[in-house]
Amino acid sequence: MTAIHDIDFGTPRSLATGTVTLTIDGIPVTVPSGTSVMRAAAEAGITVPKLCATDSLEPFGSCRLCLVEIEGRRGTPASCTTPAEEGMKVTTQNGKLAKLRRGVMELYISDHPLDCLTCAANGDCELQDMAGAVGLREVRYGYEGENHLKAEKDTSNPYFTFDPSKCIVCSRCVRACDEIQGTFALTIAGRGFGSVVSPGPLEPFMDSECVSCGACVQACPTATLMENTVIEAGTPEREVVTTCAYCGVGCSFKAEMRGAEVVRMTPNKDGHANHGHSCVKGRFAWGYATHPDRITRPMIRKKITDPWREVSWEEAISYAAGEFKRIQAQYGRDAVGAINSSRCTNEETYLVQKLVRAAFGNNNIDTCARVCHSPTGYGLKQTLGESAGTQAFDSIRHCDVVFVIGANPTDGHPVFASAMKRRLREGAKLIVADPRKIDLVEGPHLKADYHLKLRPGTNVALVTALAHVIVTEGLTDERFIREHCEVPSFEQWKAFVARPENSPEAMAEVTGVPAEMVRGAARLYATGGNAAIYYGLGVTEHSQGSTAVLGIANLAMATGNIGREGVGVNPLRGQNNVQGSCDMGSFPHELPGYRHVLEDDTRGSFEKAWGVSLEREPGLRIPNMFEAAIEGSFKGLYCQGEDIAQSDPNTQHVTAALTSMECIVVQDIFLNETAKFAHVFFPGSSFLEKNGTFTNAERRISPVRKVMPPLGGKEDWEVTVALSNALGYPMNYTHPSEIMDEIARLTPTFTGVSYEKLDRLGSIQWPCNDEAPEGTPTMHQDGHFVRGKGKFFVTEYIPTAERVNSRYPLILTTGRILSQYNVGAQTRRTANVDWHEEDRLEIHPHDAEDRGIRDGEWVGIVSRAGETTLRAKITERVQPGVVYTTFHHPESGANVITTENSDWATNCPEYKVTAVQVSPVFHTSEWQNRFRKFTQEQLALLGKQH
Amino acid sequence: MDLHHLIDMANQIGNFHRSFPDHAEALKGTAMHIRRSWEPRMRRVLLDHIDAGGDGLVPIVLEAVAAYRKELTPPPAPAPAPAKS
Repeated sequence: MTAIHDIDFGTPRSLATGTVTLTIDGIPVTVPSGTSVMRAAAEAGITVPKLCATDSLEPFGSCRLCLVEIEGRRGTPASCTTPAEEGMKVTTQNGKLAKLRRGVMELYISDHPLDCLTCAANGDCELQDMAGAVGLREVRYGYEGENHLKAEKDTSNPYFTFDPSKCIVCSRCVRACDEIQGTFALTIAGRGFGSVVSPGPLEPFMDSECVSCGACVQACPTATLMENTVIEAGTPEREVVTTCAYCGVGCSFKAEMRGAEVVRMTPNKDGHANHGHSCVKGRFAWGYATHPDRITRPMIRKKITDPWREVSWEEAISYAAGEFKRIQAQYGRDAVGAINSSRCTNEETYLVQKLVRAAFGNNNIDTCARVCHSPTGYGLKQTLGESAGTQAFDSIRHCDVVFVIGANPTDGHPVFASAMKRRLREGAKLIVADPRKIDLVEGPHLKADYHLKLRPGTNVALVTALAHVIVTEGLTDERFIREHCEVPSFEQWKAFVARPENSPEAMAEVTGVPAEMVRGAARLYATGGNAAIYYGLGVTEHSQGSTAVLGIANLAMATGNIGREGVGVNPLRGQNNVQGSCDMGSFPHELPGYRHVLEDDTRGSFEKAWGVSLEREPGLRIPNMFEAAIEGSFKGLYCQGEDIAQSDPNTQHVTAALTSMECIVVQDIFLNETAKFAHVFFPGSSFLEKNGTFTNAERRISPVRKVMPPLGGKEDWEVTVALSNALGYPMNYTHPSEIMDEIARLTPTFTGVSYEKLDRLGSIQWPCNDEAPEGTPTMHQDGHFVRGKGKFFVTEYIPTAERVNSRYPLILTTGRILSQYNVGAQTRRTANVDWHEEDRLEIHPHDAEDRGIRDGEWVGIVSRAGETTLRAKITERVQPGVVYTTFHHPESGANVITTENSDWATNCPEYKVTAVQVSPVFHTSEWQNRFRKFTQEQLALLGKQH
Repeated sequence: MDLHHLIDMANQIGNFHRSFPDHAEALKGTAMHIRRSWEPRMRRVLLDHIDAGGDGLVPIVLEAVAAYRKELTPPPAPAPAPAKS
């Protein structure tokens, strides 16, 4: 339920192209074939009473409230399950129907608490509305009979309460869990009067398979499933449409408000990326925005051993600018730089790179995409011509073969995963390439046709072996290749992949995947209809990450699976604005729009607009900054919204670099790990406190709208403006829309983007320009590649330098979990910790037994880079020889273990392959002891005790 | 800048390009990747190391740098900027 009502058409929109015309209550209405009578009525502005129907779910026909009469038909059919037909004449209101509906409502109300005035759903309850709509005035049965009014509440979930006394057993929650979320956690237990909604076999929500996506709460027409925030605060009074600040799906939400307080976030059913669905993070985990740990006053200190001193914004800005100028005067223009964040808006990241280029006078700007999807930017630009995924999320609806490689969508991109699972339940085939048995491999009504359980670090070998089968078995799309690709590059690639050493049989020794599995998967991908590749950090975060992206694009081009709906190459971006931060020129070699700083024309256009001369040499990447800091030539850093001390590999190397610098300015909402090494702290603003835009994994630019004032007094873009002005380079924006207007003027793929258009359309997928004034859902349409012709690349498998040996015999791979997000700075400050209070090390039973490790016990993990301790989780999800952990909690030290090995093209770290040894321990690691001590010291300097 | 790390990075770039069937394209690809993505400090260290013998670098990197030395040579390091008031 939402307090501010959308029109609910009762049943989903029909996608049929043909139409039928019927008459409802004398009003003619034309609708697509397959539309229900209920929806047709709604389209004509006629409301048919209903309880079990809602337009996000398939019709069910159980409540018997939506009965209608149809001329020439016997009885009173349910309008939700009756398709509209040509010439049909429908009556929705007459005495007979009214009597029937009142009778139904009498039965419902006879077993429902009559506490409307004190109910949390008062004014937001469909049962209450229907009682009014049918004119219910009495309940002839009384209230004394057998009932459910004393049924016990389930308050196990931290975000919502299940009150079965208010349940009308309409099954909307059960169907939402099945149809929308695809988890199948809920059921109707019992029969007849004993029917009750139950998570699993009569267990509490928190003990069940429930993933707390909120779909059931959203679907519930009464107060049976209700957000705790609404129970506590009351129903909202206004709403603001905005965009989630978690993963790269970029769900549209309605922030439902009371004054300046968020009461709940409800998924926007008009949202183009999520269509009314959500996950546990976006739906519920927004309380961090007002967490007591927020720092809302600017602070400065000379040394990191000094106490922080709260100062005015003016003093903090002036101090930071003075320090940067001093460092540049003392050590050189290139001794300073900045890192921006994919968690910030397009406008903010644009401004930070502009500050670096125009005010610092160098190109030392990098972004956290360095450590996640930089190989995507490189690989797709080289092969296809644009550093972005090719499809809209909705493309999955037309897909026949889903190939997921190195991604775990149910955890990392849960709302898109639900769309994917729906398509798989409809019959699409599934290939999963992953070292772990991720949830997609096997689940309710879901089973992968092929799980290619490869060894970590062998993606390129696998992709090339797949290509070998496609080429040698004649499964390439020759017509597509001849018309749309560079044929010489194809011929070179074809000859390369056809070599015997690239066959699945030869590569099986490398990948560990049986050759027949690879052959079967390749045949399915090439011949199964529309085939789409979805990939994530399991592809990019390798020493050959860029090569794997090139190989994936090769596969798509070779089979003609690109340039239309249902196919394509789809990078699942990790954070909310990875795509956008890269689009905005946040890499040290590229200006906005992925144009190299060496290009004189491009540089010239920015020089003219910005009124400065720009550096034509590439700047330092993040790992280069660290090395230059340790060497002594990089002394000052402006770090906006990023926590490099936790997220980047080889933590001890990172902290050595940070302690080598003379001025670190951190702009964040919390005193994050990096801020503990900082000299200036600018209070950041959460996504609820500012205006701007995010761009999701499908290139969709969506508005971020301020729903409450920034707790620190400034939106993030205003801070960058003030810093730039203090540095001597004037910026005079008064609203982020002006920044977007500048981006549009200077970036060919954004020329048609404006806030006015975003308000009008809801969101826009770039490119958006004269050729595509309302955006581009599918890129490279009909094989017309952005670079002209698609280019194939030879992808030789080169093993990583990170090898296992007798000292480090296991491979550690890292990833994320559904309830937590990235470094956890946000989600750790919410009740999501109830699902994941600590990072654990997954280890196969064989490896555990060899080492005498028992489930839940502490183990030490040692790599060439460092050592930490975690508790063990023994599971067959990982294969023997592989261990796995997450990096959501700083004290876990997951990145103390990871090394500085990186992708050859982009320096994206090889998080996915670290050789380690694991053994039982009885005390925490030295690093963890130092970390605790340092944290306590820093909190004391802040004036807080841990 | 850590020389050993730069040697590893250069070798990785060279090793990717070595499988190109066209050797001239492989040399150009290696050199231009370094030119387009390495900050001048890094290129200076690499070129100085090559001038000192180039120990540890794979042949394709040495050959690519020799062929494209001019393009890879960065401009002189900028002098410290005067502090703005």
